[in-house]
Amino acid sequence: MTNAANAIAGLETADGTPLKAALARALRRKRMRAVLLVMPLFIFVFLTFLYPIGLMLFRSIDNPLVSEHMPRTVAALKDWTADDLPGEAAFAALTQDLEDARKSGAAGRLATNLNYQTGGLRSTITRTARQAGKLEAPFKEKLIEISPAWGNIETWATIKLLSDRFSMVQYAAALDRKYDIHQNVVPLPEDQQIYVTLFMRTLWMSIVVTVSCLLLGFPIAYMLASLPLKHSNLLMILVLLPFWTSLLVRTTSWIVLLQTQGVLNDLMVFFHIINDAGRVQLIFNATGTVIAMTQILLPFMVLPLYSVMKTISPTYMRAAQSLGAHRFLAYGRVYLPQTLPGIGAGCLLVFILAIGYYITPALVGGQDGQMISNMIAFHMQKSLNWGLAAALGGILLVGVIILYWVYNKIVGVERLKLG
Amino acid sequence: MTIKMNFKTFAAAGALLVGTMAFGAAQAAESLTVVSWGGAYTKSQVEAYHKPFTKKTGIEIKSENYNGGLAEIKAQVEAKNVTWDIVDLELSDVVRGCDEGLLEKIDLSKLPAGSDGKAAKDDFLPGTLHDCAVATIVWTTIYAYDSSKFKGAKPTTIADFFDIKKFPGKRGLRKNPKVTLEFALMADGVAPGDVYKTLATKAGQDRALKVLDTIKGSTVWWEAGAQPPQLLADGEVVMTTAYNGRIFNAAAAEGKPFEIVWDGQVWDLDLWGIPKGAKNKKAAMDFLVFSTTTEQLAAQASWISYGPARKSSIPKIGSYATKPDMKMGPHMPTAPANFKKALQNSPSFWADYQDELNQKFNAWLTK
Repeated sequence: MTNAANAIAGLETADGTPLKAALARALRRKRMRAVLLVMPLFIFVFLTFLYPIGLMLFRSIDNPLVSEHMPRTVAALKDWTADDLPGEAAFAALTQDLEDARKSGAAGRLATNLNYQTGGLRSTITRTARQAGKLEAPFKEKLIEISPAWGNIETWATIKLLSDRFSMVQYAAALDRKYDIHQNVVPLPEDQQIYVTLFMRTLWMSIVVTVSCLLLGFPIAYMLASLPLKHSNLLMILVLLPFWTSLLVRTTSWIVLLQTQGVLNDLMVFFHIINDAGRVQLIFNATGTVIAMTQILLPFMVLPLYSVMKTISPTYMRAAQSLGAHRFLAYGRVYLPQTLPGIGAGCLLVFILAIGYYITPALVGGQDGQMISNMIAFHMQKSLNWGLAAALGGILLVGVIILYWVYNKIVGVERLKLG
Repeated sequence: MTIKMNFKTFAAAGALLVGTMAFGAAQAAESLTVVSWGGAYTKSQVEAYHKPFTKKTGIEIKSENYNGGLAEIKAQVEAKNVTWDIVDLELSDVVRGCDEGLLEKIDLSKLPAGSDGKAAKDDFLPGTLHDCAVATIVWTTIYAYDSSKFKGAKPTTIADFFDIKKFPGKRGLRKNPKVTLEFALMADGVAPGDVYKTLATKAGQDRALKVLDTIKGSTVWWEAGAQPPQLLADGEVVMTTAYNGRIFNAAAAEGKPFEIVWDGQVWDLDLWGIPKGAKNKKAAMDFLVFSTTTEQLAAQASWISYGPARKSSIPKIGSYATKPDMKMGPHMPTAPANFKKALQNSPSFWADYQDELNQKFNAWLTK
């Protein structure tokens, strides 16, 4: 061993450099080339995927506005215990801060931010900021006169709550909880609870969609895999054609088919299965969402199943039967276990796609077919509460990662086969 | 699957890409991106504003659609890449966008006097000029019904909308607490003047939701303005809340048997606002000034039944663009016969209560 090493160390290339160094250099160059080849993709994925997601998730804990624009108030409230209104010093600090915020143009954003937490604070902040410059000490009575909200302990507690730059306020809200005036986490009043129900519903509907996709997709995939190629190719087109059709087109087609004055209801009335007054509501509710999503996600189940089944040799079944197993037994004991990687891949794919589905529930969900992604979209687009949207998205992401981990424990990711 | 792409195709694709990008940059100076709500409404703007403006200045107009809200503007302003030059906004979004610095301040002194010589600030209806925006139209949310579905008595009041016994059938409502809660309270007998006072209290909010409870089981929820006339036409609902211009368009242009009930209408404004840091700010301002002149506002009113924001435009409103014998005056939300029981949507109320009420409303919906 040592001898051999010494022997190599003694060798030299034609130009006189030691062989070991030359070898190392060649290897390094090779590695560099490989890294350089991967670099564009890595940079692309980082810039368009990891970085934005990280940035978005950061918003769920980051809350810089109050600490940045109300430093005096934050300092004045440091030792305040929320048992009584804060003293004159806090009111003076607030007046100063709001005057500065108005000058720097931050008062509006500050008002919006506080309003997410306590309704009605927006006008309190903007109105006070407008008049703050004209006020003179003592401030307490004058501020309460401008807006009675300054006489509420809750208003001050909200400012104190948001005075930490990093906090879990958004995550509490995303789980139907809030911080009370003493900074304890308490459940929201019943008439404002919404997200936990929606998370559970999203989970439930995704499971239903996944199971219906499996039940419908398995026989199709089996047929595709066992038919001779010239027939199966034609059938394959029937699977792929809807797959290539626009999502919006397919969703709106379901509206045409399922609405109460739609094709299906008309047919049922025509054949006297139901009467005209008893038309069934099949769309704009959870039923419609599940039906449309199942159809849209079906190819994601059929394709991995098909690709796995295609590789299972028919000789195994024949061998099992020739050894005396009944057809069903052979199917259950020999064929089915071999399709497991395909079932796993299909279910995982459909489930993960379903749990974040947005367009279809938005169009056909009505009131009880809404999913959590619709609330995330709402907070992104309408209420502009991006922090809360990020927290909801973060919880969804963690949920998916946990499910993936469970899947890995049970089935094993290395057995996953996507095609 | 392997992708075979030789160097030549690759280079060609690259050249094409670079070419389009360069072309896009060169175009930017000559064009203006105007964003509005789509459908018959955008068409009225294209006919009354865009086409004459391009003819006069040579500036091409790119028309884009959106669905309201400040999300896109906020995203563009925060990313410092503002691609929208001028946007048709609701008043509540203007108030909020202006407060949060998402909109450019507008120099109102640039607005010309009305055709009758009155200064702009006296010519525009009260409340239609804002630091960050200038109103073009008064529009309103009403409810409309399919008259072929009611043979006997027809609905006439806002209370009839919530009376499922007297007028059976599915209802269409916007999936949004705004206007929906106001309708519910007015139907329950609250006078328009007291609606927002009532809605600011928990008891008032619960009262409104209780009224909505009575029709919850037979409601189809809509989100985009184009949906309600479609729902009515499909027979999916027998009556629905809607924007009056959409119903007018379906009835006048497509001959649908839709009737508008003006009782309890909740009116609002649409305003032009310029996103902070817009690339073609000057051209956008020119467009804003041009489109809010007396003639242009009056011209728009002949395409859709939204009332112009200038008083001097009102006598100039003619007949429907494609039907010369159909006068537009009686179809305006501000026509005296339609304006008897009307409520102005309060942007300051909604700025304060939208987060709280959205949460409550959404929670109520999921129950």
